[in-house]
Amino acid sequence: MEYFLELFLSGLIRGSIYALIALGYTMVYGIIELINFAHGEIYMIGAFTALIVASVLTMLGWNQIAIILLASVVAVIYSSAYGYTVEKIAYQPLRGAPRLSALISAIGMSLFLQNYVLLAQTSDFMPFPSLIPEFKFMESYEHIISSPEIVILATTTLVMIFLAFLIKFTRMGKAMRATAQDREMAMLVGVDVDRIISFTFIIGSATAALGGVLIASHIGQINFYIGFLAGIKAFVAAVLGGIGSIPGAVVGSLVLGWTESFFTGYVSSDYEDVFAFLFLVFILIFRPSGIMGRAETEKV
Amino acid sequence: MMKNHFGKLFVMAILVFFAGSLMYSCGESQKPAEPAKKAEAPAPKAMEPIKIGVAGPHSGDLASYGIPTVKAAELVVEKINGKCGVNGRKIKLIIEDDVCKPEVATNTATKVVGEGVHAVIGHICSGATKAALGIYKESKIAAISPSATNPALTQSGDYPNFFRTIASDDAQAKLEVDFALDVLKLKNIAVLHDKGDYGKGLAEFAKSFLEKDSRAKVVLYEGITPGAVDYSAVVQKIKRSNAEAVIFGGYHPEASKIVAQMRKKKMDTIFISDDGVKDDTFIKVAGKYAEGVYATGPMDTSSNPMAIEAIAAHKKKYGSDPGAFFLNAYAATLALLNAIDKSCSTDYDDIVNALRTEFVATPLGILRFDERGDAIGVGFSIYQVQNGVYVEIK
Amino acid sequence: MFLTFPIMVIKVNTIENIVVWRWKNLFIVGIGVFLLSFVWRYLIKRKEVGKKKAEAGELVKPPITQRVLKEPKFYIPALIAVAVFAIAFPFVFSMYQTNIMVTALIYVVISLGLNIVVGLAGLLDLGYVAFYAVGAYTYALLNYHFGLGFWTVLPIGAAMGFLFGVLLGFPVLRLRGDYLAIVTLGFGEIIRLILENWNEFSFGPSGIANIPRPGLFGIQMSLHSSIIYLYFLMIGLTLFTIFVVNRLQDSRIGRAWIALREDEIACQAMGIDKTKTKLTAFALGATWAGMGGVVFAAKTTFINPASFTIWESIIILCVVVIGGMGSIIGVIIGALILILLPEYLRAFSEYRMLIFGAVLVVMMVFRPGGIISDVRRIYRFEERETTA
Repeated sequence: MEYFLELFLSGLIRGSIYALIALGYTMVYGIIELINFAHGEIYMIGAFTALIVASVLTMLGWNQIAIILLASVVAVIYSSAYGYTVEKIAYQPLRGAPRLSALISAIGMSLFLQNYVLLAQTSDFMPFPSLIPEFKFMESYEHIISSPEIVILATTTLVMIFLAFLIKFTRMGKAMRATAQDREMAMLVGVDVDRIISFTFIIGSATAALGGVLIASHIGQINFYIGFLAGIKAFVAAVLGGIGSIPGAVVGSLVLGWTESFFTGYVSSDYEDVFAFLFLVFILIFRPSGIMGRAETEKV
Repeated sequence: MMKNHFGKLFVMAILVFFAGSLMYSCGESQKPAEPAKKAEAPAPKAMEPIKIGVAGPHSGDLASYGIPTVKAAELVVEKINGKCGVNGRKIKLIIEDDVCKPEVATNTATKVVGEGVHAVIGHICSGATKAALGIYKESKIAAISPSATNPALTQSGDYPNFFRTIASDDAQAKLEVDFALDVLKLKNIAVLHDKGDYGKGLAEFAKSFLEKDSRAKVVLYEGITPGAVDYSAVVQKIKRSNAEAVIFGGYHPEASKIVAQMRKKKMDTIFISDDGVKDDTFIKVAGKYAEGVYATGPMDTSSNPMAIEAIAAHKKKYGSDPGAFFLNAYAATLALLNAIDKSCSTDYDDIVNALRTEFVATPLGILRFDERGDAIGVGFSIYQVQNGVYVEIK
Repeated sequence: MFLTFPIMVIKVNTIENIVVWRWKNLFIVGIGVFLLSFVWRYLIKRKEVGKKKAEAGELVKPPITQRVLKEPKFYIPALIAVAVFAIAFPFVFSMYQTNIMVTALIYVVISLGLNIVVGLAGLLDLGYVAFYAVGAYTYALLNYHFGLGFWTVLPIGAAMGFLFGVLLGFPVLRLRGDYLAIVTLGFGEIIRLILENWNEFSFGPSGIANIPRPGLFGIQMSLHSSIIYLYFLMIGLTLFTIFVVNRLQDSRIGRAWIALREDEIACQAMGIDKTKTKLTAFALGATWAGMGGVVFAAKTTFINPASFTIWESIIILCVVVIGGMGSIIGVIIGALILILLPEYLRAFSEYRMLIFGAVLVVMMVFRPGGIISDVRRIYRFEERETTA
């Protein structure tokens, strides 16, 4: 039983890590129906920015709380700007083009950003300081769940609630939903679609950056390639949950996290990913639009 | 209209193809003459440079494994060319990138062969080396790798033209297992690997050595997914298996994640790993958690005067400490040039023969190669992280 | 544009425990970005002007490449020139050049295969490399266990590709668009992971070495001549592929694919069996990948699962899209450019992938249809003259 609980927890943490990245993925997809391959790269850039800021500040001798706050803020701002630029350069000119072109453009952007960071920062793994302080009251539970893990869990929950709130109740959210439903119609009723899309990219990139900072400080090392691997997994999670849906991304991520964790725990981690993908295929065969996705009725 | 066109074109294309094959078969009969001509050509002009290929990953994510070899070869050649070369001939390096991919390596190999090299230093990764060796073998070119540790390269006997200045993986696995059984006297051991060519090969050997020995048993044998965001599920599994130690085959990024996660879960399981982990980056990344980790690595030869000299030369020229496999590559280059020097020839047979018979002083000690191509006198020893540095355990 | 300008600049500092400020880089990148942004804006403007013209003008002339291709006057001599060049190639250029040409031709063949799936039938397949791996392993394993030769395995490899295409295609073709993409991606990874983990079957990550090159009636060939032989073999295979794909395109099923790509529902209404049509596209595409895989294994003589990662799928997809989806010549040119360019760009190897990524983006922004875009075939009903 204890073993089960431990696996449950490790699945939960894995799932919330995926979720932090999957949320941005799914938001962007929901609006412009584009698999934003560069999303993982934004996450990676967020982590790198935080690393740079943190090491500068550490040299200047700031205290830990200030460092993590400032590093996160800077990372979020930087990544948002990157997200914004990526959208403006690689996706906006392709609004009317076939979907596949935009996808290739996204892949190109992903490649470009990866190699840009590779050239600027070398290919070595770099130690990432564990920025998250160890909580005093957690000490006796450290061997079950550590403080960074708690922080990740909490952040995922908060981000999800925030995003759900943003989309459901604000003016911006309403405009976003309108754009997602029918872009031309939204334009006709006076929604500035370009602005909405930019805004979505900024929000999506910001969550990715936040994820980057937290996850990197949990894992303790980064290199230029982490974005791509994490991006693929998060994408799978988002599809599993029903791409385009915010709670779906979280549910999908958790399901994926648990699947992997239990499979590793009870069977073997050799085929962990095989099983994860098979599970995805299986779910999609029976629920073609994911766990939380709405069944699409085709419009003729 | 269109269809008609293509019909005609197709017939034409077929004709063209046949014409091509005809021409080709004519061409073939002339072919054997050419290499002979090539071989004769350099003989009268003894002053022509000796060409040596250097192949390995020089770009991409594994570049950090390939670049030091290039630097080592350059340093040696610079030094020797400064002293009027080998047999009075200068040495010219032909440096080509293979990105560590087998499919690229074959192209790289044909390229250096096409340039008319006399021998090759490389490749770096075992997979790429295997792919390229077939081409070198057929072209009668010897290759010395500073880093390809796959046992089959020498033990299968398929590649008589292959040599290496590093010990093979099974030697490393044997050392790890012996250390765990004889020194640490462990009973339950978990064997993990990263599913890669190198890591899994090593783990397989470790597992089979452990199984042959009755003193300990393998309680867990698993492959982990490289690059995953966390390994807590695997760590839980190790904990449940009651293993006293983990033998891990793979590279440092995964190793440091696993060690860190084990220590955070308050597990004091001994961690034994390989050459891929015996890297200072591991200590930097894993920080305090690295303390006490064992890793095998090439025998410490840094007290060897030639090694000191080589490292000093590198520092002088590039202003930094040399990277992975630098000394192995330095030794490989020296051994190769020595073989050419001693045999007074650049013919394949003479070079290979000289490599097997002539002893040469290198930063790794005095060595020659055995029948299979492994260097005699090159081995591994066990290191442990103590106070943030790897210390050799005698 | 200018908003993000400072970000690009400040980003270029690095840390190796100590922070190294690289003001020089910062300066260069700054100027570079500054100038580039002007070029970028200019190009975007031009593109928009072009678009407006196209909207205003009643008949847009087909692009120059298309006109050249249509005109037999240019077409035939060009083709002859290409043919002569292709035959002369291995004799004029070195072994290395021939060798990379063989690689490029393998890509031509498999890209044409993928073109059936993506370009014609409009199914986004991100796991295409799985079938390529199936072909390569078919040859390697059959050769290893039973000593079967290249020529025997080539059709078997194609058949295996087909079989796997059907097997994998069957469950997933119910899905649409991006779901299909992710599931095919999943299958691609599954095949690779199985090859990696199942040691007894596939020799795991260490791969299979010493795969023989194709033989010609048992004649022993030197390295050089066997490469030339492989080259002509690939030329033959490429021509065969072009022929088949071209015929397919104009056939009933080919038209069904194109129709399916354009509008699924209308298609069904017209009585096209959706599943069957999709499945044939998927399986036929896989067949070519299987064949390409066999040749790949024969060429490299060594295969391991690391050669079949998702990046490989993406590169093949890029070939198809950059060349121009649905257009045979486009795909061929795309493959030659994308595969040969990196080889010749070895001098800039560090920046190779960076350029590659940038080219993809720029291509898509300014020529979303690819280098040679497929002209939509228009069938016009013309009234015959009464005298006929």
